[in-house]
Amino acid sequence: MKRGRSVLNSKCPIFPYHEKPGKRHKPSFALSPPTDWGNLPYCIVLQIFQHLSLVDRARSSSVCRCWNDVFHMPDLWRRFEFELNQPATSYLRSTHPDLIQQIIKKHAQHLQYVSFKVDSSTESAEAACDILSQLVNCTIKTLGLISTARSSFMDVSQAHFVSALTVVFVNSKSLSSIKIDDTPVDDPSLKVLVANNSDTLKLLKMSSCPHVSPAGILCVADQCHGLRELALNYHLLSDELLLALSSEKHVHLEHLRIDVVSENPGQTHFHTIKRNSWEALVRHSPKVNIVMYFFLYEEEFGPFFCEETPVTHLYFGRAVSKEMLGRIGLNCPRLVELVVCANGLNPLDEELIRIAKRCKSLTAIGLGECEVTCSGFVEFVKTCGGRLTQLSIMEEVLIPDNRYNMEQIHSEVSKHLGRLWFPDMMPTW
Amino acid sequence: MAPNSIHWFRKGLRLHDNPALREAVRGAGTVRCVYFLDPWFAGSSNVGVNRWRFLLQCLEDLDASLRKLNSRLFVIRGQPANVFPRLFKEWKISRLTFEYDSEPFGKERDAAIKKLAMEAGVEVIVKISHTLYDLDKIIELNGGQPPLTYKRFQTLISRLDPPEMPVETLSDALMGGCVTPVSEDHGEKYGVPSLEELGFDTEGLPSAVWPGGETEALTRIERHLERKAWVANFERPRMNANSLLASPTGLSPYLRFGCLSCRLFYFKLTDLYRKVKKNSSPPLSLYGQLLWREFFYTAATNNPRFDKMEGNPICVRIPWDKNPEALAKWAEAKTGFPWIDAIMTQLRQEGWIHHLARHAVACFLTRGDLWISWEEGMKVFEELLLDADWSVNAGSWMWLSCSSFFQQFFHCYCPVGFGRRTDPNGDFIRRYLPVLRGFPAKYIYDPWNAPESVQAAAKCIIGVHYPKPMVHHAEASRLNIERMKQIYQQLSRYRGLGEEMNSGL
Repeated sequence: MKRGRSVLNSKCPIFPYHEKPGKRHKPSFALSPPTDWGNLPYCIVLQIFQHLSLVDRARSSSVCRCWNDVFHMPDLWRRFEFELNQPATSYLRSTHPDLIQQIIKKHAQHLQYVSFKVDSSTESAEAACDILSQLVNCTIKTLGLISTARSSFMDVSQAHFVSALTVVFVNSKSLSSIKIDDTPVDDPSLKVLVANNSDTLKLLKMSSCPHVSPAGILCVADQCHGLRELALNYHLLSDELLLALSSEKHVHLEHLRIDVVSENPGQTHFHTIKRNSWEALVRHSPKVNIVMYFFLYEEEFGPFFCEETPVTHLYFGRAVSKEMLGRIGLNCPRLVELVVCANGLNPLDEELIRIAKRCKSLTAIGLGECEVTCSGFVEFVKTCGGRLTQLSIMEEVLIPDNRYNMEQIHSEVSKHLGRLWFPDMMPTW
Repeated sequence: MAPNSIHWFRKGLRLHDNPALREAVRGAGTVRCVYFLDPWFAGSSNVGVNRWRFLLQCLEDLDASLRKLNSRLFVIRGQPANVFPRLFKEWKISRLTFEYDSEPFGKERDAAIKKLAMEAGVEVIVKISHTLYDLDKIIELNGGQPPLTYKRFQTLISRLDPPEMPVETLSDALMGGCVTPVSEDHGEKYGVPSLEELGFDTEGLPSAVWPGGETEALTRIERHLERKAWVANFERPRMNANSLLASPTGLSPYLRFGCLSCRLFYFKLTDLYRKVKKNSSPPLSLYGQLLWREFFYTAATNNPRFDKMEGNPICVRIPWDKNPEALAKWAEAKTGFPWIDAIMTQLRQEGWIHHLARHAVACFLTRGDLWISWEEGMKVFEELLLDADWSVNAGSWMWLSCSSFFQQFFHCYCPVGFGRRTDPNGDFIRRYLPVLRGFPAKYIYDPWNAPESVQAAAKCIIGVHYPKPMVHHAEASRLNIERMKQIYQQLSRYRGLGEEMNSGL
């Protein structure tokens, strides 16, 4: 971890943080020989240690008593990332079990910004839960549970997970940022979270948490008036939730992320959110970013964007129909970023040009596996002009026509953007 | 005293445009062309039967062409470092020639051989002809580092002089007074082995879809150019169902083994373009296939760990999952996704798949669905793919898994949709997965969604006659997009799409 440089001042403690009886160090500015590294002032060693990786710090701590003391100073334990990997399932190493034990014993109360990165094995997720259960005397502000491959937290028994998580919820009382995507967190645990941290909670990311219900998340919105960032799945979104987030007592919402994921075609039915609810949200929080990730089949888009929707960032992970893109041009005036992973073999010229004209805040677009004629694309770029800071178009998307071929397109587009531009390429061997 | 030469074939398995071979015969008394078959290599499990067969056909072709010049190919069992000293003595060699190999392992091997040669008083002549350019010059022009974006590479190329012209094909005239002493038992001692002799069971092996050899390569390039001229359109051809099938004008395996000179291809393309378009300057995109190859060779030449994630300065460390079962399903075409399985079946049966098909299966294995390391995919391609040599294979896998070269990762190929858009009728699937022939086009890409009656009519119950899909694609891709974002947000230079504010952790 890195900290900015701090000026060495005369108040720098020379003695170790925890006084040991009878132990004194002589001030090392004075007469120590220059090679006596063991007698540097602790605050200097601390500054140096703050620039070292954990591994290097741990090695340094074995050098002498002084350095070992510094290694255990609270400042170095505010932030920690537990990496839990098994050799059978990961190429990466794990945080050493001895170090984990030391942290639990000596530093639980110092931890403030904590994350757990686990691989695809259930063992690793369970180990994370075991550590969580032991963080009893903690004052954690930020907590992240991150599965780096599969969602292994979902394989842990729900009871085990929930009881471990609520240890932190109950004891911290000052949680401000929580990331628990892809975990078996449930409504009762959210109640515990709210009961203990409603004043401090600012960020909650819980995409793909299947055991939470709309009522559960509504409870969070109702009580945690400082909530600024929220990430959840569409099935948890409700008119009541949007209204709760827009109540007078609530701070301005900055960021709302919604994942819309389908099981199999035609099996999930998506409810609609009333236009009034969206309007209330935007009235209350005019600068809010509303980010929607869609992983649906083409025929499932019916309920979306039939009316004006204040979405700002749209990501389509699968194919999205031409018709849907047409609706977006009509009904998404706040759109800032659009990513289309796939569409089909009919040119999207009309839809794109409409988006350029009506989505006046659009600054980023990505297109893959779809088709746009070169002329249509030039028209699109001309209409957007220099406000397009991100233009990521796969080379195959552009279809040469009688006005432009592939060589000309890049200079034409570069001209209208005011900077050098090329399409994205993939190896063709 | 006229020198006795050895020309050492490794790649560059051709008599046309082979400057090193020309140096071997120039003013020489005798010349012997050798190829080493390392016994360890023959038994290596990581070279499949199609690659072996292609190589043996190349060697047969070389031998046949050399016979016409009263010479022969000498196939030698053993490792060069062990055998060369004996050959230098036995044949009284004073000159050794070979084509430059830019790959790190090749450079190391060649440095050792040069040392041996020097100690034996043998002159060594090395010529560049496997790549269009001298790769070290490209690196020098870029300040000592290989370019890591294709655009940068193209910019550098456009500043270089054009590639050197291909040199004359070896002929009787060029041989001059140079001869090859051939013994009675040449066939036994130095003949090209058969697949059976190498330990392969060839019963029931279908005939090669891609026949090896320089003769075949030169026929193909003429056909390739004829087709381009007939189409009179040098734009990138639109992808359709037919593009997926092996083409009689496909050239990539021949370029890889060096049966076809890349410089010859380059100049023939240039000539044809000028003739048809009456235009003097062809665009760089005309040489796309050749330049991508060149790009990866350049990126790899000074990086011995180019094919690894750990310790590779240009590869992002991604927490891939170790999952041998899942990997095996992918490699053996048992994923339950017909599009993926058909491609992997074609790969194993024939040794070549279309580049978009490669993108599809590579994406599926790595950042799209299975989240398995690209190194594993690379090893499978190495075994099965005829045109996959070290630099190009590793480079492409890193590119497609978003491990390097700053590729935007937002675009993920859908294992159902992509195939359906490319070949709506599903003929490709039916051809390579006959068990699915009975499915109508509506369901052939996602047969698990077909009603039981349709499955019964197709005489193929999903889960019984054909596997169920091994992942839920929407879930997998959602998860993996998040994983990629986590990694890239840790790199300060990342600026990507779908970027969100990320306060807190």
